[in-house]
Formats: sequence, C-alpha cells, structure tokens
Amino acid sequence: MSGKPKLYYFDGRGKMESIRWLLAAAGVEFEEEFLETRDQYEKLLQGGSLLFQQVPMVEMDGMRMVQTRAILSYIAAKYNLYGKDLKERALIDMYVGGTDDLMGFILMFPFLSAEDKEKQRAVIVQKATSRYFPVYEKVLKDHGQDFLVGNNFSWADVHLLEAILMVEEKKSDVLLGFPQLQAFKTRISSIPTVKKFLEPGSQRKPVPDDKYVETVRRVLRMYYDVKAN
Amino acid sequence: MHVRQTKLDSFQPTGNQELRNMSGKPRLTYLNGRGRMESIRWLLAAAGVEFDEVYLETKEEYDKLIKDGFLLFQQVPLVEIDGMKMVQTRAIMSYIAGKYNLHGKDLKERALIDMYVEGISDLMQMILMFPFSPPDAKEKNLESIKERATNRYFPVFEKVLKQHGQDFLVGNKFSWADVQLMEAILAVEEKLPTVLSGFPQLQVFKTKMSNVPTIKKFLQPGSPRKPPPDAHYVETVLKVFKK
Repeated sequence: MSGKPKLYYFDGRGKMESIRWLLAAAGVEFEEEFLETRDQYEKLLQGGSLLFQQVPMVEMDGMRMVQTRAILSYIAAKYNLYGKDLKERALIDMYVGGTDDLMGFILMFPFLSAEDKEKQRAVIVQKATSRYFPVYEKVLKDHGQDFLVGNNFSWADVHLLEAILMVEEKKSDVLLGFPQLQAFKTRISSIPTVKKFLEPGSQRKPVPDDKYVETVRRVLRMYYDVKAN
Repeated sequence: MHVRQTKLDSFQPTGNQELRNMSGKPRLTYLNGRGRMESIRWLLAAAGVEFDEVYLETKEEYDKLIKDGFLLFQQVPLVEIDGMKMVQTRAIMSYIAGKYNLHGKDLKERALIDMYVEGISDLMQMILMFPFSPPDAKEKNLESIKERATNRYFPVFEKVLKQHGQDFLVGNKFSWADVQLMEAILAVEEKLPTVLSGFPQLQVFKTKMSNVPTIKKFLQPGSPRKPPPDAHYVETVLKVFKK
C-alpha cells in the first residue's frame, strides 16, 4: 500500500480525467489501474469495490470512492481548493457545474457516428462560445483577479482550464473573442503543478481514439448506439 | 408569471431587482412542477426552511429572465438565497445542506453523503426524463427504472442500513442523503407500487422518514410539494424551453 490514491478506470480520459487534473493540480501523486478486459471489471464488481457497479473508482484515505462529483469535491476540500467558506464553495460549485455541463457534450463525442460527430462539434463550439465562455470571461473581467473565486487558486480554475483545452482540441481558435480567457489559460498553465501535468510523460490522457472506444464498449458491454444529447 | 408564497407577504413586482426578494426567504424560480427543482424543495422543506416560488409559464417570461441577467448559464432552477442568484441544482443543494447542517460532520461523512446523493440522483434522472420519452419507449424505460432501482440502487441503501442498524444513512444523524433517498423511494413507488417488497430496511426507513416532522408536513396536502408530472407539465416544459 503506497498510501497514494489509486484510480480505477480505462486508459483514457472519460469521467476520470477531471480527477486526474485535480489531483495533479493539487500536487498529489497517484497510481492507476487500467481496465482492459471484461474479466477485470467483473472481478471488481464481485469484490464489492464498486458501490453502484460503476467506475470511476478512487481508493483513497481508506475509502473506495465512486461518483465523479463526490470524488472531486472530496479532493478539492482536502487540498484547500474549495474556497474559504460556504459562499465561495457555492460559487465554485456553480462554475464547476457549468464547465461540467460543457465537458459533458464532449464526453460522448468519441462514441458518436462520423456524421453525428460533425453535428456535435458544432454544438460544442456553439455552447462554449455562447453559453459558457462568456460567463467566465465576464467573471474574470469584473473582478480583474487571476483566479475565478476569492482571489485564490481553486477547483474552478482547474476545471475551466481543462474545459478550455478540450474545446480547443475541437476548434483551435475558439478563444478568439475571449481575451480574459486567453490570459487565464496562459496563467493557469504556468502554475508549476499544472505545467508539469501538461508536459509529455505526465498521467494526462490523450484525446480518445477508436481503441479507447472499443475498450470501453468491450469492458462495459456497451454496444448500443450512442446518441448526442 | 405566478408567484406562490408560503405566507401572505406583499407581492413585489418582478421588474425591480432589489425589491424582488423582500421576504428574506429563499425564492425559487422554475416551472410549476417537479423537474430538477423538486429535490431542492424537498431539502429546504426537510430543513424546515420556508420559501417562495415563482412559476414560469411562458417562453417570454423565461427569455426575460435571461435578458435581465438572472440566469448564469441561461438555465433554471434558479434559487435566490442569501444575496446570491444560485443556479446548478447540485451547487444549490450543497449550499443548503451545508448551511442547515445536513452535510455530515466532517469531510469523510460529506464524502459518503455525496456518494449516496449522486447515486440516487442518477436514478432520479431516469425518472426525470421519463415523461419526455416517446410513447413507444415508455414501457422499456419503466423496465429500466425498475431494473436500476431494484438491482443497483436500493440494494446499496438496504445494505448500508442493515449493516449499521441506525436510523439514518450517515453518521447516525439526519442528512441530505436521507432526504434524497426518501424522495427517490416515493418517486419510484409512484411508478412501481410494490418496488419495496424485497427491501425491509427501506420500508422501515420510509416510515421513519415520513414521521420526521418537517417531512411529515411536506407530505401533507397544501405543501409546496408538486404532483407527478402530467401532460400539461410536459407541454409547458416544451413550450417554455423551445429553442
């Protein structure tokens, strides 16, 4: 037992990626066990480690945590990335809710048909530029501080950077028209723990490919067609 | 726009932002139905907190809310509370739970409550979407709800309660997790009346929760609790949120 958190998921982004980001940003080293076969998954199930039969699962501090939001909240609070009081926490939760919804449009992208992918790409860009990015652009502009909440680095900043980079992967110039976010992106990327995570060789996962999709489908026996939301 | 108030306070015209919430109570803006707001109503009620409600009935009212800058991500639920215009259901509920001591006594209890609430929320999501599924998919969706409830979610809480033998899910104390589970049990039972037949602990839990005074009050006629969604509610949702 190394004492480090241990992440159980596929070898790819999915719902675990935000957790990797947050642990990395907090400077916390972690181990990973990658699900590659159905057997591995069934073993986890039979062993009773998956409370609702699902991954992500993170073993940390004597707990087998499931439910992405619960895991992220716990990490944020433990490493002081959750604001200084209930109201700051509320703001962080609201902002993270927004970036979570935005990343939700990207989450199932790899599973869509080629035709649906094109449509969804447009949806992602439209949502990002008309609903989500303007909000964070305005927040940063209005208070003029480096970080989204309470003049302190928080989970909200990590989550927004993750979202920005993911949307940029779908449209590289998507931040045109958002000068505050451009500066924010540069600033947060330079934070030492984040910078390290963005370098090759880190535990950050690449854009999901067909192999990833195939692995997920095989392990979860998820062979139905996935439709865009 | 229709405003429901729990006491006969004076109604403030919604055009004036400062006067909008003179009562000091939380003010909920949503449609006149369950949807994503219902869990918030449950939690406030369980905490013994009175609240006012504004019901959206037309697309124009919704568009105006957006135009006036009330909705951070152009979405409802909206809860005006403690000087904040809160959106994002989870954020709102976390805040309420934290404020009214329903979120555990430390980080680990909070983690457990969050895990339980998130799991139940996945089940509630299926129920939320059900009225909007096409007629030919309804039977299949109902079967999915039954399967998930009886194979994935209810067994977890049955086991939790059996193992510690306490009245409440976490830390021997009433929490957000208990409220959320109670809401889910009743919502599933409305669709599948015998669903608790294999879950004796949950049956006892349901009875105990029904007798918690604030919940008991919420379960009585005339409370802010909303009825199951009907065709009129579905129609209103589609109309108000039409793109």
